[in-house]
Amino acid sequence: MATSRDDFVIAVRSAFLKKKDKQKFSLLTLLFLSIFVIILSNYNFKVIQYIKIVINEITYRASFLISAPENKIQSINSQIKDHLEIYDNYKNLELELEKLKQKELVNNFLKMENEKLRELINESIKSDELLAKVLIDKDSPFLKSIILNKGTKDKLKIGMAVADEVYLVGKIIEVNYTNSRVLLLSDLNSKIPVVLEPIGMQAVVSGTGGDTGKIQYTKDEYGDQIKSKDLIAYTSGQGGLFKPGLPVGRVTTDNINKIDFFSDFKQLEYVKIISHSIEEVN
Amino acid sequence: MSSLNKESIINILFSYFPIWMLFLSVFNDFDFNYLKIEYFAFNFVHILIFFWTLKNPDHLGYASIFLAGIINDVIIGIPIGISSFCYLLICFASAYIRNITLSPNFINDWLSFLFIILLINSIQVTILDLIFFIEVNYPKYLINTGFTFLFYPIFFFLFSIINKKISFKLND
Repeated sequence: MATSRDDFVIAVRSAFLKKKDKQKFSLLTLLFLSIFVIILSNYNFKVIQYIKIVINEITYRASFLISAPENKIQSINSQIKDHLEIYDNYKNLELELEKLKQKELVNNFLKMENEKLRELINESIKSDELLAKVLIDKDSPFLKSIILNKGTKDKLKIGMAVADEVYLVGKIIEVNYTNSRVLLLSDLNSKIPVVLEPIGMQAVVSGTGGDTGKIQYTKDEYGDQIKSKDLIAYTSGQGGLFKPGLPVGRVTTDNINKIDFFSDFKQLEYVKIISHSIEEVN
Repeated sequence: MSSLNKESIINILFSYFPIWMLFLSVFNDFDFNYLKIEYFAFNFVHILIFFWTLKNPDHLGYASIFLAGIINDVIIGIPIGISSFCYLLICFASAYIRNITLSPNFINDWLSFLFIILLINSIQVTILDLIFFIEVNYPKYLINTGFTFLFYPIFFFLFSIINKKISFKLND
């Protein structure tokens, strides 16, 4: 009994402390070092922040370069697919364009009307947009995020909205000097205040870790109101973080608590970073 | 003479194969996600570290593994140090198995690997969820662990061939 316990202790001690010929550090040293790094990364000292930024900058750039061949293959693959489906796509787009032209006329009128109404309540929304390239968009099973090539040098701040054309895709959660990380709407930790139109109900869209989102914190009667309506979620602007009116997604007909995002997060190449301010007009 | 030098350079580069693969996979997040099969993902790095630290630890240093863990954390966006800690725990487990095993057996290694990755992922989830309050998708972690376990024999076979070639070339 004592011998087997001794064997166990010797095996464990040897695993922790014994170094192979080419190993420069023992396992125990590095395990303690990693615990130390975990603890340090929890604190927001300036020195640690600077070290983090340097590590992030180097790693993101290196990852972008190393992923380049794989990204190229993927883009060629998608180009071939597009070419094969070109005629069908053209026919569909022609029909869609006609419908959109009709809608645009109505939208222009509504836009002007909205501006006039805002003037009446002495309020105007000013927004700035900045185009950014997606450096890394690895579909990790853990966190759903992308890395952009814009950072503090482009005056980016944590919390800014990020959109694919007009569709919201997420918000900035980490800013380095030349790059930043965006938490996608599909991430489990993402929570966005929205308004469901046309019923005008306030809600929160949370990520599920998959390709869809779920609607939370609505009134009980929500279920009755949706039955005959096609609901679209727009940012509500509650909390002042996002510009109001950015389209987020469409509520699915089969499950009223599920939302299909408008943007395909796996196809993002360029995105817009949107900052806004609500000003009073005198 | 020059061909001899060329060959020795190739042999040396080949002996660093596990390190190349380790850094390439953490930088590139290599897990066949581009196949876009729903829920399909496996942790190639876990397989790589377990195999090489078990069979030929001289070709995959602990310091490289620590550094790869830091890079992985930065890429996937979790607090720095967690992956390093988990990777080093795999190293500890494989070093322990190596110490207590007299005659290596594939099935024993495979089952030990399952136990280790379940433990490692549990530790990782616990740290993320309870200490850093990052919400994680438990079913995805479990599916990832399952696929990692299932893929081990394929990579065991491939890595064994490479390991033999490395040993043969260096002894040549």
